[in-house]
Amino acid sequence: MTAIDQSIVVPEKRQGSRAWRKLKASRSATAGLVIIGFFVLLALCAPILPIPDPIATSWSAIRKAPSAAHWLGTDDLGRDILSRMIWGARASLMAGIFSVTLAVVIGVPFGVLAGYFGGWVDLVISRITEALLAMPFLIMAIALAAFLGPSLTNAMISIGLTAMPIFVRLTRGQVLAVKQEDFVEGARSVGLGHIDIMTRYILPNVMAPIIVQATLTVATAIIAEASLSFLGLGQQPPAASWGSMLNVAKNFLSQAPWMAMWPGAAIFLVVIGFNLLGDGLRDALDPREH
Amino acid sequence: MPVYIGKRLLVAIPTLLIISIFVFSLQKLLPGDPILAMAGEERDPAVLELLREKYHLNDPIPVQYVRWVGGVLSGDLGVSLRTNQPVTELIAEKLPVTIQLAVMAMIFAFAIGIPAGIIAAVYKNSLIDYIASIVALSGLSVPNFWLGIMLILLVSVNLGWLPASGFESIFVDPVRSLQTMVMPAFVLGNALAATLMRHTRSSMLGVLSADYIRTARAKGLTPKQIILSHSFRNALLPVVTLSALLFGELLAGAVLTEQIFTIPGFGKLIVDAVFNRDYAVVQGVVMCTAVGFILMNLIADILYVLLNPRLRASL
Amino acid sequence: MNRILSWTTALALGLFAAFQAGAVDLRIGLQDDADVLDPAQSRTFVGRIVYTAMCDKLVDVSPDLKIVPQLATEWAWSEGGKVLTMKLRPNVKFHDGTTMDAEAVVATIQRNLTLPESRRKSELASVDKVEATSPLEVKFTLKKPDVTLLAQLSDRAGMIVSPKAAKELGANFGSKPVCAGPFKFVERVQQDRIVLEKFQDYWNKDQIFIDKVTYLPIPDSTVRLANLQSGDLDLIERLAPTDAPAVKSDPKLSYADVVNIGNMSIYVNIANGARADNPVGKDKRLRQAFSLAIDRDALMQIVFEGTAVGGNQPFPPSSPWYDKSIPVPTRDVEKAKALIKAAGFDRVPVELQIPNNPVVAQTMQIIQSMVAEAGFDVTLKSTEFATLLDEQTRGNYQMSRSDWSGRVDPDGNIHQFLTCKGGLNDTKYCNPEVDKLLDEARASTDDAVRKQKYDAAAVILNEDLPMIFIGHQSWIWAMKKSVTGFVANPDGMIRLQGVKKS
Repeated sequence: MTAIDQSIVVPEKRQGSRAWRKLKASRSATAGLVIIGFFVLLALCAPILPIPDPIATSWSAIRKAPSAAHWLGTDDLGRDILSRMIWGARASLMAGIFSVTLAVVIGVPFGVLAGYFGGWVDLVISRITEALLAMPFLIMAIALAAFLGPSLTNAMISIGLTAMPIFVRLTRGQVLAVKQEDFVEGARSVGLGHIDIMTRYILPNVMAPIIVQATLTVATAIIAEASLSFLGLGQQPPAASWGSMLNVAKNFLSQAPWMAMWPGAAIFLVVIGFNLLGDGLRDALDPREH
Repeated sequence: MPVYIGKRLLVAIPTLLIISIFVFSLQKLLPGDPILAMAGEERDPAVLELLREKYHLNDPIPVQYVRWVGGVLSGDLGVSLRTNQPVTELIAEKLPVTIQLAVMAMIFAFAIGIPAGIIAAVYKNSLIDYIASIVALSGLSVPNFWLGIMLILLVSVNLGWLPASGFESIFVDPVRSLQTMVMPAFVLGNALAATLMRHTRSSMLGVLSADYIRTARAKGLTPKQIILSHSFRNALLPVVTLSALLFGELLAGAVLTEQIFTIPGFGKLIVDAVFNRDYAVVQGVVMCTAVGFILMNLIADILYVLLNPRLRASL
Repeated sequence: MNRILSWTTALALGLFAAFQAGAVDLRIGLQDDADVLDPAQSRTFVGRIVYTAMCDKLVDVSPDLKIVPQLATEWAWSEGGKVLTMKLRPNVKFHDGTTMDAEAVVATIQRNLTLPESRRKSELASVDKVEATSPLEVKFTLKKPDVTLLAQLSDRAGMIVSPKAAKELGANFGSKPVCAGPFKFVERVQQDRIVLEKFQDYWNKDQIFIDKVTYLPIPDSTVRLANLQSGDLDLIERLAPTDAPAVKSDPKLSYADVVNIGNMSIYVNIANGARADNPVGKDKRLRQAFSLAIDRDALMQIVFEGTAVGGNQPFPPSSPWYDKSIPVPTRDVEKAKALIKAAGFDRVPVELQIPNNPVVAQTMQIIQSMVAEAGFDVTLKSTEFATLLDEQTRGNYQMSRSDWSGRVDPDGNIHQFLTCKGGLNDTKYCNPEVDKLLDEARASTDDAVRKQKYDAAAVILNEDLPMIFIGHQSWIWAMKKSVTGFVANPDGMIRLQGVKKS
C-alpha cells in the first residue's frame, strides 16, 4: 500500500499458511473440526429440520424411552429430547462462543495496553488481573450469575467476565515479547502512532496463542454454562440448553436415564471437539515445533 | 531468596485488597436480603430489624467494609448469619476436608496423567500416543457433575460398592474416610490428569530430543533405562511446578464435586453461602482461597527456581 | 515392598468391606442443614425435625392432628379463653440432670419472649404473663383470647430448655442445646452431621429403642435415595414423588407418606406497590379464570405421581377445617374464557415469578401451557429463592409461586397471609370482613364456632382469590425394611418414639 508498509517485514502471513497446512495434517484438529462442524450445522439448521417443537408439551408422552416416534425419548413434560438436544446445541454453543468472545474483546485490548505501555498502566491492569485470577472461576461465575439473575444471557456474561483475566495476562506476555521485535521498532522509527502500531503490527503477531487459548476456553465455557444451568442459574424453562436439561434429568436418573445420558454425552463430545481443535492449533501455531 | 519471597508477599497485599473490595461490593449488589432469606417462613419485622442492626447491615457499605477489614486485621472474619458460627471456625473446620479431597484428587491426577504423558511421548505420533491423548482429554471434557452422578448411580446404587456421599475425617475412621472420598477424588482428579498429561508429554518430548539422551542412547543404554533414569527426572521438573499451581486450582475447583457428593468442604460452604446470602462466609472463604492461590503460585515459582540449577545460580 | 503390599491389601479390603453395623445407630438423611439449634432462634423446617428427637414440648401433635400430652399431662382453658392452666409431668429431667418443673417452663417462655434474637415472639404475642402456680403447674394469662396458643406450644415455642444451660450460654445456647427430649446433643459439624445419643434418664425411655441418631443433610433427593439404597442411611425424608414407585417396588425398602398440612399457591399482587397495577391483580374475574384453567388432578398426577392432592383452600380437602361446600374446581376452559372476555380481554399477559428449582419449574411450565388455552400469556421469571423472597416482600412481582409448610392450628395457614396486617401478607390483600372473621376464629375455644368462621372466610377468599391455591404435597419417607415403628405424621416431623431397627 505505502512505502512504509513494504519496508516493514511482517512475518505473520508465512506462518499462517504453514500453520494451516500443519493443522490440516493434524488428526486431532481434523477430528475436532468435524465434531464441532457437525454440532454447529445442527444448531444452525434447528429451525428448518423436521423436528417437533422443543417446548411443545404432551401429557400423554411423559418420560417415554427412545422409540421410533421419539428417537431419543421424551422428558418429564413429554417434550421430544432430540428436538431439545438440537435447540440446546444452539444455547450451549452460543454460550461457549459468546462468552469467550466477550472475554477476548475485553481482555485482549487491556492486555495490549498493559504490555505496550508498561509503567503504571501495566501496574494497575496487572494487579487487577491478578486479583481476578486469584478468585475461583466457578465461584465468581456463580456470584455474578446470582447478581445478574438467572438467565442464559447472564450466565454467558458471567462466564465471559470471569474468563477475561486469562486473556489479559496472556496478551500482555505476548506483547512484551513482540514489542522488542525489529518490525515494531521499524514501525516506531518511521513515526507511526501508538494505535497504529498496536492494531496493525502488534495485535496480528500475538493472535496465535490467543486463538489457541480461546479455542480451549470455549471448551471450559461450555462446561461452565452447563454447571451454572445445573445449579439453576443458566438457561431458564421452557427453553433448552444441555446443562439445564441435565439439571432436570438428575431428578429422574433411575426412571428416565436417557434424559441425563444424551445431554451429558453431547457436552462431552463438543467439549472434546474444542479441546482437540485447540491442541491441534497449538501444535500448528507453535513456532518451536517445526 | 528471602528477599524475593518477601517482595512477592508484599506485592500480594494490594492484590488481596482489590479482591476484598471486589467481593464485598459484589455481594452488597446481590439482590436478596440475607436476613429475610434466612428468616424463611418466620418473618417477624421487629426481629428482622434487630438482626439487621446486630449484624450492622443497615450501615453504609463503606462503613461495613472498613469494619470488616478492621476485623480481619485482628483475626476476626465475622460470624455466619445462618448459624452464628465464627467464620474462622468454619474455615478451620472445612479447609482440611477440601485439602484431603484435593490431595486425593492429585494422586489420581498423577497416577493417570504422568504415565499417560510418558507413554504418549515415547510413542510419539503413534496410535498409542493418540489413544493416550484422547483418554486424557476425555477426563477434561466430561462435565464433573455428570460424571459424579453417573458414578453414584453405577458404583453406589447399582453395585453398592461405595457410599454415595458423605464425609468422614481420615483421623477418625481412615477406612470410611477413603471409601467416601474415592469417587469424588477421582471425578475431580481426572480432569487435571489431562493437563498433567499434556505437560508431561511435551516436556518429555523436549528432553528426549536433548543431546545427553542421544549420548546415553549411543552409550548403549536400553530405552527403559533412559526413560526412567535420565529423561523422566528432568522432564518432571516443570510438572512439579505445574502441580503446585494445579493444587491451588483444585481447592477452588471442588465446588461442584462437593455439591454432588455432599462433602462438607469449602466448595459446598461457599455455594450454600452465596445462595443464602451469608455475606461474611462468602467473603471469608473467597479471601482464604485467594490467599491459598497466591501462596501456591509463589511456591510454584520457588520450586521452579530451586529445581532448575541454572536459575538457582542466578539468585 | 512387602509392607507396601500389605498396606494396599488392607486398604483395598477396607475400601470394599461392607459397612459394619454397630449398636442401634440410626442414620437419617435430611433435605437441608438445620440452622441454629436453639428453639428460641430456630427457623428451619429441618431444625424442627432435629428438635423432635432432642427437645420435648409441653404438648405434642398426634397423626390425626390432635393436641396430646407430652411434658404437660393435662390443661384447661378458663375465663373465656384468656387463661390456660397446665399440669406438668413429674420426675422429668433435662439432659444436664436438672429438673424440669414449673420454674423451668416459666424461664423458657420468658426467654422466648425476651431474648432479643428470639423468633418466638410473634407466636407468643398473646401471652401477657406466665406464672408457676405450683412446682408442677403453670398458668398462662393472655391479653386476649387466643386458642392457637396451644398449637404454638406444640412446636418450638413450647420446647422447654434447661434454665441453667440457657443462662450460661445465652444467645449461644445453640452451640450446646440442653432440653428434656429422648436424645441429647453430642456434636454438630455444619453441613455435615448432627449427632444425638439416647438420654438415659428420659421420662419415656421405655419407648426409645435407638442408641444414637445421626442426621445428615443431603440436599439432592437423588443422592439421598442413593445413600439409602446403598445402605448408608436408614431413613430419608422428602423423597422425590417421582422416586416413589421405585421405592415401593424395592424389596429392601419401605415407604410412608401422608398429605401434609401445608399448601402450594400462587400469590397475586393485589396491592403491594406499583406492580399491583396489572390486569390479574386488579380484576378478580381474571384470577377466577386463571384458577379455572388449571387441571389440578392432571397436574398432581404428572408432577407428583399422584402423591399430592389438588386444592383450593389453605387446608387440604382431608382437613376437618376444609370447607366442603367449595370443592376443588374441575377445569373449565370455556368458563375461564368467558370470564376473561367479561373482564374485557382477549389475551392476558402476566409475569409469574418462580424459584429456580426443577420441580417447581416443571409444575409451572405445565400450568403455563394449561392457562394458555384459556387466554393467559404467562411469562415465567425464574429467580433464586433468596431473590424471590425479597421481591415478593417488596411487591416487585405480578404473580409469584409460593409454598407453605403448614401449621397444626388452622390459624397458622391463613391468618398471617390474608389479614390486612398479617406478617406474611405479601399480596397486601385487605378485606375488613375477612379480618374480622379470622380474628374471631382465633378467639373462640369452640371448634364448631371456629369452623363456621373459617368457612365464611373461605367463601369470600374463593371469590377474591388473592392467593390461588393449587394443591397439597405429601411428606414422603423411605426407609430400610429393618426400620419399623415409624408413624407418618402430617406435620412432617420424624418422631423416634417406638421406632426400632433390627
